[in-house]
Amino acid sequence: MCSLCGVLLSDHWAEGEGGRRARLFRVALLNRVLDHFGLSLGDWSGRVYVLRDRTGRAVVVDNLGAVWAEAERLLGRRLDPLDPELVAALA
Amino acid sequence: MPDKLPVSIVTGFLGSGKTTLLSALLRHPAMGETAVIVNELGEVGIDHHLLRRVDERTVLLPSGCLCCSLRGDLADELRDLLSRRTRGEIPPFRRVVLETTGLADPAPIVNTLLAEPVVKHHYEPERVIATVDAVHGLRQPESVKQAAAADRLVVTKTDLADAGELEARLRALNPAAEILEVSFGEVDPELVFGGNAPDLREPVPEVRHAHDGVVAHSLLFDEPLDWTAFGIWLTMLLQARGNEILRVKGLLDVGGEGPLLLNAVQHVVHPPEHLEAWPDEDRRSRIVFIGRNLAEQPLRASLAAFNRLGGAA
Repeated sequence: MCSLCGVLLSDHWAEGEGGRRARLFRVALLNRVLDHFGLSLGDWSGRVYVLRDRTGRAVVVDNLGAVWAEAERLLGRRLDPLDPELVAALA
Repeated sequence: MPDKLPVSIVTGFLGSGKTTLLSALLRHPAMGETAVIVNELGEVGIDHHLLRRVDERTVLLPSGCLCCSLRGDLADELRDLLSRRTRGEIPPFRRVVLETTGLADPAPIVNTLLAEPVVKHHYEPERVIATVDAVHGLRQPESVKQAAAADRLVVTKTDLADAGELEARLRALNPAAEILEVSFGEVDPELVFGGNAPDLREPVPEVRHAHDGVVAHSLLFDEPLDWTAFGIWLTMLLQARGNEILRVKGLLDVGGEGPLLLNAVQHVVHPPEHLEAWPDEDRRSRIVFIGRNLAEQPLRASLAAFNRLGGAA
């Protein structure tokens, strides 16, 4: 728990280190992937993320794991990193 | 903060020799300060009578399978053990061993250890030990899951059947686990619970035996892996294919002096651990994936594409 804001801090296994700089780098990389699906992600005060689709819907997500669960919910389908189209788009 | 107490899980299909192994291990002097939690199916517990030596530190969880209905009970029991130890009601213990039911899936149990707020503060997962008996092998989907989740595979009843073929199948199914042949539970506890970094150098045998469609792939990467990109990739993979991936274990070169040890049982990922040194001169990242509907090339191509994002950003 953050003593200033009362927000539960993430203890997601992939977000444990690096501070704010690492977090912004993570957001930049996530956006490269999410862009393929018409989604975008923003950081909100270093505490949570805001995930948006192109229709303007936005959801607040707590950690990296929840980003994918919410992205799948917004799009109504599974987002598979092994999808050859995605892999080709990232190349 | 004091060191966390290690919790090892002994799992294995019905009748595969879990209790025999555990009973024998607990007679060993090195296992004196061990608390035991036994979970059984059925109304009347039997196995705990075989574990009387550690009586007051042996707890029998109520009927029901730990992996499905009793995760709260497990957390309660682990908290209660600490309280009773602090009050001096039970002798001190330095390790907890949890014997699951024969049908248990170890992943939710590991998740309880890693995620329950009080439990994760005081305990940490140590080893998952799966018994597989040489007579019956891997006949059930549950035993395949248990074997895939294991850090140590204990092949039992080797006095009754030749274990050679089974061990080859186990090695193909879970190259990240060490295999021990044990009769009547006679084994040095250090071999079961001890050990350092996993040795993932051995390539997965070419002949891959499908068990319920489960295959293992061992991937090597020459380039260092960008940790941020890897985290994004693996979380996405586990979200999309969490039910198909039984295990991920790896030593990753993320640019530090030693490797990062990665260990996931299904969608449950242990906190990654920085190791001081590589086990040998070979510093390439190596990752073992065990799962269904997984092919090696797509895994490799996808991870490489995500990794390039990290390097290019």
